[in-house]
Amino acid sequence: MVTLSVNGKSHRLDVEPDTPLLYVLRDSLGLHGPKFGCGLDQCATCMVLMDGDAVRTCRVPVSRAAGRKIVTLEGLGTADKPHPIQKAFIEERAIQCGYCLNGMIITAKALLDKKRNPSDREIKQALAGSLCRCGVHLRVIRAVKRAAVRMAKEA
Amino acid sequence: MLSAQTSRRDFLKGSGALVVGFSLAGPLAAARAQTVGTPLKPVTLDEVDAFLSIGVDGIVSVFTGKVDLGTGTRTALRQMAAEELDVTLDRIKLIEGDTALTPDQGPTWGSLSIQIGGVQIRQASATARKALLEMASKRLAIPVGELEVRYGVVRAKGDPTKHVSYSDLIGDREFRLKVDSKAPLKKPADYTIVGKSVPPVDGVAKVTGEWTYMHDVRVPGMLHARVIRPPAMGAQLLSVDESSVRGIKGLTKVVRLGNFLAVVAETEWAAIKAADQLKATWSAWEGLPDMDKLYQHVRNTPIAADEVPLKRGDVRAALATAAKTLSATYEFAIQLHGSIGPSCAIADYRDGQVTVWSSSQAPHWQRRELSMMLSIPPEKIRYIFLDGAGCWGRNGHEDAAADAALLSRELGRPVRVQWMRQDEHGWEPKGPPTLVDIRAGLDANGNVIAWQSEFWIPRRTDVGHGVPFVAASLAGLPHRDAMNPSTIFLNSKPEYAFPNAHVLVHRLQTTPFRPSWIRTPGRMQNTYATEVMMDELAAAAGADPLEFRMRHLNDPRGLVVLKTVANRAKWDSRPSPKKGADKATVATGRGISYIKYENVRTYVAAVAEVEVDRRSGVIRVKKFTIAHDCGLIINPDGVKNQIEGNVIQTVSRTLKEELRWDRSRVTSLDWATYPILTFPEVPEIDMELINRPNDPPWGVGEPATGVVPSAISNAVFDATGVRLRTVPYTPQRVKAALGARA
Ligand code: FES
Ligand code: FES
Repeated sequence: MVTLSVNGKSHRLDVEPDTPLLYVLRDSLGLHGPKFGCGLDQCATCMVLMDGDAVRTCRVPVSRAAGRKIVTLEGLGTADKPHPIQKAFIEERAIQCGYCLNGMIITAKALLDKKRNPSDREIKQALAGSLCRCGVHLRVIRAVKRAAVRMAKEA
Repeated sequence: MLSAQTSRRDFLKGSGALVVGFSLAGPLAAARAQTVGTPLKPVTLDEVDAFLSIGVDGIVSVFTGKVDLGTGTRTALRQMAAEELDVTLDRIKLIEGDTALTPDQGPTWGSLSIQIGGVQIRQASATARKALLEMASKRLAIPVGELEVRYGVVRAKGDPTKHVSYSDLIGDREFRLKVDSKAPLKKPADYTIVGKSVPPVDGVAKVTGEWTYMHDVRVPGMLHARVIRPPAMGAQLLSVDESSVRGIKGLTKVVRLGNFLAVVAETEWAAIKAADQLKATWSAWEGLPDMDKLYQHVRNTPIAADEVPLKRGDVRAALATAAKTLSATYEFAIQLHGSIGPSCAIADYRDGQVTVWSSSQAPHWQRRELSMMLSIPPEKIRYIFLDGAGCWGRNGHEDAAADAALLSRELGRPVRVQWMRQDEHGWEPKGPPTLVDIRAGLDANGNVIAWQSEFWIPRRTDVGHGVPFVAASLAGLPHRDAMNPSTIFLNSKPEYAFPNAHVLVHRLQTTPFRPSWIRTPGRMQNTYATEVMMDELAAAAGADPLEFRMRHLNDPRGLVVLKTVANRAKWDSRPSPKKGADKATVATGRGISYIKYENVRTYVAAVAEVEVDRRSGVIRVKKFTIAHDCGLIINPDGVKNQIEGNVIQTVSRTLKEELRWDRSRVTSLDWATYPILTFPEVPEIDMELINRPNDPPWGVGEPATGVVPSAISNAVFDATGVRLRTVPYTPQRVKAALGARA
């Protein structure tokens, strides 16, 4: 049995302790924000916030996530009440297939929590490990900047 | 969890992606479904009901065989239907790629979803609108000419109290009408929805994690499987040691069918562990060509057929009189689709019938291919599309679907197959290598008088079929031993008005890896060779590369995109290379390129600005400027998004991407060994869209890709005076080229 805190709720789960967190989130908890992309720590589609840090979940055993505060894309906002970062992605239309966006939004959240007004360079650097095949990069950069401005105003 | 039967109402409420089962509730629903494959409604291309149905609630369901692969057609097709029917966009539900519900509009490829798929939907909508006006005319006793439509309500022009809604006229009933190719279309001047940058309809759900991708679907009683492919591509499976996986909790079965090997388990993790741990013995196999001698191998591959897309004048005679002749060889690497989400599928095989869910661009084709492999009639197969990650052509979804179908038949339960990254990189079909020789001659005035190009590209054995399944080959099940890289000869013909020209395409008997098509297949590689050679000729003639192109082109729309891009990029008019190009440590330059897609449609011109670091050999693409004419624009921001994607993806393919292998297998099995462009490396992109509202809408998903590699090569030449002819331009290759000159 593993106890996980996800999006503010506690779950007791009967899973093999070596199961990577990603499969527990997706298969046991039905949270589809984090996605399987490579299983090799190379693409960032599987990211969540763990105690505020953006981390990849495709290789972290679930046992190591016990006791940590996990927030997934679903925990940031919903269709009715999107988080300012999600809103900025919508407004900039930083969307094609959308498979990669989880990693970028989670990375942006961790970045903006630490740095209110990042430069283009810092944004690109922060996102360097997030892969996108469709090529929405430029829109994502704009979205992160837009979110930064809005979050600074709201803070 | 998705239920197997979803009512029409649930479906209408849902995102559209959740249509798993679909039972029509109204009178439309004459109980039809005895077998899973039987269409639940009309689906033939000449029927209005194949494309449209209007519910009592006023919701218009639009059915399309075209699927949204991330390119935004889901939004644009809605716009086209809403516009023609005069309903608001939020009234439209779009059902994509379900063989039981949607018409077969051909695979989602070739940048044809709008140009063909959308135009079919538009005509069906116009037919429906005309019929609805006639019905309303009878009902209201007012002549059609005195009626108008607003938001799905037909009303008398001068008297809005006299009205009747579409839903009152037809709600939940079939039109029973043939699509009328003459039904009048709305005038572009009256458009209110087409031409607007409507936001992507799936955007909110995608950024909040609420969108359902193929990878998210679970069906009751489902098992998880992983495939274990041969370690050497042509190896035979000699033995499997099942004791090596005994004790893995949740493991259900090891399945072996010939050389097809898979593990099936209750959980994904159990399947992954079992696939990792399973001990199997395979024979040795070393049938792949030497990677370092790839192009030599291509040149020596037996030719199946020669094609001559163009023969004009007498090239040999013209070359003999030329003041200057140039010849060069261009090479383009084998590449991957490189989808960010590996292929995935679920199949539920029972009672000799199968329902398959996957992200194929060609659901209807899939049915035919699966029918052959499983030896059951297509009518026993239902194929339902759900979103995958962007696929750019025929990648692995189809193979995963075949894996799942086979495994579900073995297990008697629904099976989900998710490929791991190594399966995707290793076993998705590849974009084949391209080899091109061009020889051309200039007269004393620096005009091209002779052009001779020769292409070595794999043949296409079957038209109208897909790419054979990995599973069928490995398991020894019925399949066509076909090779289908698609229409990769396109754009081998130069667009320029050379008086003497000969284009010869050798279609090769074989190619090292199972080929398929990746975004702009052949058109990109062929345009690459042509447009770099044009640049080489301009330089040899001492001409400005833009002026040189324009003087050889008589296509007015082509000239417009070239002029537009030059103005927009503030083109520095002079011959290349730039003065002092051989000195700077970090050299900068600009290059131009042009395409008329497939020689018949969308026009694109590009200017690339690059920086080349002589010490490291690293090319940085700083900026791309694009001018783009695709006729009528449905959704301008959607078009921009596609162009940005074309450019960024192709900068990646040009600078970085090259499949690697040894004599037995692919060795590019992850993103470290097959790197793609990352955030810090993306160029700035500026563009101008030329809208032609009175012309047909042309494709957008691929054309801009066609100009990217050549524009980069030409810019590097401008910067350094060194010509790069082999893609990708890895630092190592660039350094070697720079060094060779020094
Ligand atoms: S799936 Fe975890 S980094 Fe790619
Ligand atoms: S939007 Fe498709 S991979 Fe990024």
